[in-house]
Amino acid sequence: MTATAFRADPGIPGPGTFGSEPDDHAGIYRYDDLDRRFVAERVEQFSKQVTRRLAGELTEDEFKPLRLMNGLYLQLHAYMLRIAVPYGVLTTTQFRKLSEIGRKYDKGYGHFTTRQNLQFNWIKLEDTPAILGELAEVDMHALQTSGNCVRNVTTDQFVGASADEIVDGRVYAEILRQWTIAHPEFTYLPRKFKIAIMGSDSDRAAIRTHDVGVIAKRNEAGETGFTFYVGGGLGRSPFVGKLVREWVPEQDFAAYLEAILRVYNQYGRRDNIYKARIKILVHQLGIDKFKAEVEEEFARLPRPKFTLAPEIVEGIRARFASPGLERLPAESAEFERSKAENVEFARWSTVNLAAHKAPGYAIVSVSLKPAGGIPGDITSEQMDTLADLADRYSFGEIRVTHAQNLVLAHVRKDDLFDLWRQLDAIGLATANIGLIGDIIACPGLDYCALANARSIPLAQAISARFADPARQQAIGELGIKISGCINACGHHHVGHIGILGVDKRGEERYQITIGGDATLTTAIGDIIGPAVTEEAAVDAIDTMVEIYLANRTEGERFLDTIRRIGHGPFKESIYAAD
Amino acid sequence: MPLIEDGRPAEDSWTSVPDGEPVPGDIPAIISFERWQAERDSFAGRNTKLGVRLKGGTLAPAIAEDLDRFALVAVEFPKFRDGRGFSTARELRERYGYEGEIRAVGHVLPDQYLFLKRTGFTSVEAPEGTNLESWVNALSEVSVVYQPGLGKDDPNPLINRWLKSEAVQG
Amino acid sequence: MSFRAITGNRLRDGAVVFYNDEAGWVERLTGASLYEDKATAETKLASAKAEAEKERLAVDIYLFEVLVEDGKRVPVTIRERIRSLGPTVRTDLGKQAAA
Ligand code: SF4
Repeated sequence: MTATAFRADPGIPGPGTFGSEPDDHAGIYRYDDLDRRFVAERVEQFSKQVTRRLAGELTEDEFKPLRLMNGLYLQLHAYMLRIAVPYGVLTTTQFRKLSEIGRKYDKGYGHFTTRQNLQFNWIKLEDTPAILGELAEVDMHALQTSGNCVRNVTTDQFVGASADEIVDGRVYAEILRQWTIAHPEFTYLPRKFKIAIMGSDSDRAAIRTHDVGVIAKRNEAGETGFTFYVGGGLGRSPFVGKLVREWVPEQDFAAYLEAILRVYNQYGRRDNIYKARIKILVHQLGIDKFKAEVEEEFARLPRPKFTLAPEIVEGIRARFASPGLERLPAESAEFERSKAENVEFARWSTVNLAAHKAPGYAIVSVSLKPAGGIPGDITSEQMDTLADLADRYSFGEIRVTHAQNLVLAHVRKDDLFDLWRQLDAIGLATANIGLIGDIIACPGLDYCALANARSIPLAQAISARFADPARQQAIGELGIKISGCINACGHHHVGHIGILGVDKRGEERYQITIGGDATLTTAIGDIIGPAVTEEAAVDAIDTMVEIYLANRTEGERFLDTIRRIGHGPFKESIYAAD
Repeated sequence: MPLIEDGRPAEDSWTSVPDGEPVPGDIPAIISFERWQAERDSFAGRNTKLGVRLKGGTLAPAIAEDLDRFALVAVEFPKFRDGRGFSTARELRERYGYEGEIRAVGHVLPDQYLFLKRTGFTSVEAPEGTNLESWVNALSEVSVVYQPGLGKDDPNPLINRWLKSEAVQG
Repeated sequence: MSFRAITGNRLRDGAVVFYNDEAGWVERLTGASLYEDKATAETKLASAKAEAEKERLAVDIYLFEVLVEDGKRVPVTIRERIRSLGPTVRTDLGKQAAA
């Protein structure tokens, strides 16, 4: 590969290197030799740890945190390996590797999570060094996808492509990935630590539900800076992230995070696992005291070594490939004609496409939520075909969303119809992004060792009940989120309708909340009544939808109607009959 | 208990003195922070080196004022999962400019050795029954770092790697 | 009738295993030893755990309740039923598939 020309914005079409492979244009950070050496050394290190464990030199108690640092959990049926997809972006080479690992070491499928990661459910401990070695071949790893460290940084899935973007968050997410990887001071924090970053007008990264949520923005002088929220989180005690600082200049980006982490590492609770997240520290200290501690620590940090000089940022930015977009007319006659001729394609276009910043392109969301299907699951065969499609239509790049769907971020409008037909052929053309069938569900009791109840069967029953795409579209934006226990991996607290699986004397029951919101207007849902059976939960959702449809005014979303008429009518209709 | 220094087993010239027992005046001795607080005046005329041992919950600011009295600060890890000690060492170095020995004691694993070293520890009292070979290997297992180290004006390693990576790429 | 059995996950591959007094760790619930009385079960659990850690055979070892109805063994909790069979949403996978 030749040297990449310097470019101010990798998303903007311009002269650059055009590689021979389609995925040379995928919007990820290109590893250099040091990155590769680091990952290779870590694989080697973990292989030795596995050997020491199998030889009895490490106890399970000592080995567990080491395997967790490498993304390896023990679940109900086997080990589960969680592979990091930094900021959710993959090349097709990486995607094919994941498909291959699924086939070779697992049972031919994988599961995308709400943290933009991929999980394999049937992994053997003795195979993991080999798997990690194969991942390293394509510049991937499973580091810090578990354990009490800074986890994989997530961002908006349309980053670098969407029309409403102000700052490309990938560059900063990558800086954070590097900054926090094997951080000597912050690898044994009181608890896990999740960061999300966004850089556009609409929050697609749910930043105020994270330990740290960052909004990248620009000031009047055109400089980049960041707003920091801290102490958001779901789980047992949900909190909405609080503002710590409105403007942190780019050069202090890492330093400010360092200060937050140091305050947390020293003062976060370690006596009670349920009170160990930073949200509890912020809550107990109060945001003002917490802020004062952070500011003090921040002021003291020795410069310049914590300073992010512009050449560092530019250096990292330059390692992001350009999609090499063409200059196209804004409208495509071909696209318009296909929509007019094919109702299903027209519906899919309305529901699954988002505006791209470049004329003539669209962002395609690929739903992993077929009616009656398992949310987030994909087979190796589907992955292979999707990789081919991404090579052909989207510069060899595939993205993962926190809603457990995939994205082809740069598709020419002229190509949309062809792409849709081929997606349809492999069952990936479900037109339900953001609709009632696009259910987020954690693995629940079918796989997860911590679960109280199953999540997937309920998601399947709901999406089957609302299978009719026309009805889904008529209902409009409505997000259902399901978790199988209070850990809230399914983000149920912030679902427009949230469902939490509980165990009532050995029976699975489901507690329903309404009014949650994961965007910047973050709200925690309100519990509407006692937990019900799976069947009753599906009926209850049907009832709530009917009430909404009967009450909504022109253009009003489910969430808006709830906010206007209150939760009362919904509660009453469901529990009145009892 | 085996002492590790610079990636090698080493002789321990220090003696840990349990609370209540007399502190020998002629050899380097480590006392608890609690004892120091209670009996500090009794060490006023001491000519031999003194060290202090901080429990997991005792953070750097607690000892900051008295650092010039100690040639060694031992930072205890109650459980290897309790990572406060990493911040304690770093604060001792970076915030308070402490230049004496910082020793990790308690439950630490060889797999943490590199992190200990990078946050400012000079020595480790490894738990009894530890595999010394694992400690010796631990420092060389991973050679790439992404964060700044403890040297006073170490450049940010992200700069280094970018400069290097440019060369590699060209 | 209600019994207790010992289960865990095999260290090297994570597979669900059950303890049998003679054969050691087996893959199927049908092969597990069942204990009627709680004290015996606790004693067996302690020795199975010690042995498993020493021999690095299994991890996360604990007791669970099993009902025997018409000669069929059914774990009391849904969790253990799922562990002994496989995911309910993928009946083509896990122990249920090979049965
Ligand atoms: S929410 Fe609970 S059941 Fe669901 S994946 Fe998380 S820990 Fe498991």
